[in-house]
Amino acid sequence: MASTEEIRSSLAEIVNEIAGIPVEDVQLDKSFTDDLDVDSLSMVEVVVAAEEKFDVKIPDDEVKNLKTVGDAVAFIERAQNG
Amino acid sequence: MSKTRVVITGLGATTPLGGDVTSTWEGLLAGRSGARRLTDEWVQNLAVQIAAPVAVEPTEVIERVKARRLDRTAQLAVVAAREAWADSGLEDSGLDKERLGVAVASGIGGLHTTLSNYDALQQNPRRVSPLAIPMLMPNSSAAYVSLELGAKAGVHTPVSACASGNEAIWLGLDQIRLGRADVVVAGGAEGAIMALPLAAFGMMQALSKRNDDPEKASRPWDLDRDGFLLGEGAGILILESYEHAKARGAKIYAELAGAGISADGHDIAQPDPTGSGARRAMQRALSEGDLTPADIFHINAHATSTPQGDIAESIAIRQALGKDADHAVATAPKSMIGHLLGGAGAVESVATVLALKNRVSPPTINVDKLDDQIELDVATEQRKLPDGDIAALNNSFGFGGHNAAIAFKSI
Repeated sequence: MASTEEIRSSLAEIVNEIAGIPVEDVQLDKSFTDDLDVDSLSMVEVVVAAEEKFDVKIPDDEVKNLKTVGDAVAFIERAQNG
Repeated sequence: MSKTRVVITGLGATTPLGGDVTSTWEGLLAGRSGARRLTDEWVQNLAVQIAAPVAVEPTEVIERVKARRLDRTAQLAVVAAREAWADSGLEDSGLDKERLGVAVASGIGGLHTTLSNYDALQQNPRRVSPLAIPMLMPNSSAAYVSLELGAKAGVHTPVSACASGNEAIWLGLDQIRLGRADVVVAGGAEGAIMALPLAAFGMMQALSKRNDDPEKASRPWDLDRDGFLLGEGAGILILESYEHAKARGAKIYAELAGAGISADGHDIAQPDPTGSGARRAMQRALSEGDLTPADIFHINAHATSTPQGDIAESIAIRQALGKDADHAVATAPKSMIGHLLGGAGAVESVATVLALKNRVSPPTINVDKLDDQIELDVATEQRKLPDGDIAALNNSFGFGGHNAAIAFKSI
């Protein structure tokens, strides 16, 4: 099972690929919209890429709850363990 | 009422001959072909396996994250627009962006995006990009150019097949003459070298099938021509009111004197063999520009290298200019860069402006044996243009019977 840090690191690479945010900026306490400037359409791309990368389902209704990188990492951890 | 004078104050291009205006112009003057045989896997079972791809991949120029949000066509448009904008010196001129318009045409739109997302859809609907619509829509190039430059007057996308690029210049000219803008970034782009267009144009019998000799495939006016060569790229011109350009001491390439649009009302794909629609477009461009046939010394012909189209245009030019066609050098850049569809008129307008400014007509290559039905002064070598006040025409015609002629004047 991937560690929290491994998930954060992989997610950071996805965010970098899609939105060009430096990987070191993608930390657990950062808000996707307010801190990282990831717009809503890019967020959809991040979610779909994360689903494929981590082999989880992230329902569209859930995306609005993923405000920070930490929220997303926690969701992925739960989904993988579930 | 006197017409607002409009001039060209910036040029940009990315073409099969080079990633900018200078390299493209040098390639045209040298008579260099941008054609090559395609080696991609997707081309292997197609009847036509040749094209003229851009010399410089747009992704080498545009920032990675931005590039992935743009269809190839819009990437090409943005590359050319950046060059034209920088060339114009407008960024630091204090131009009110609400007086800055955009007219960037495309013949097809974001076809790469359409096709790749259709493939993704077949695998899994969630793989369809949330950016697919803004990338595939035909106005995407114009919209991204306006975002890039902060243009806030109208943003327009004429769609008239292969006449689109010239129609954008026609539209931009009107925007300035109607007082709606002081500057319009005008041109066209197309990045459609893909299996579907090659197969579809091939099924129309519109493309040359000279797979074994790509550089000889595009041969406008030659007796052995057998269709056009698909190219890609973009051309952008900065159109500016003369008063505005003069006030800021801008470099001026040429005057955009007039533009003429007409329709054949004849057939969806075949040109009117009498040339009547094309003739009317040229005549309108001349009369709107207060020019007469005697002023025309250079004609950038549409001349795609199709058997019927080249003849119909020759007839039309003869009808429009009469005996004055004798002193007009005819040139066909498509012999070198292929047919850029929605980008054609724009890139060839850039070439026409440079011909006037530098007083030289680029050659037409591959005219080994001039078709005797072509009654034009075809230059197979560079030809010097006379000094003094001269003018030039650039023709573009499109499927659907669209005719768009632009008249430029030396300055």
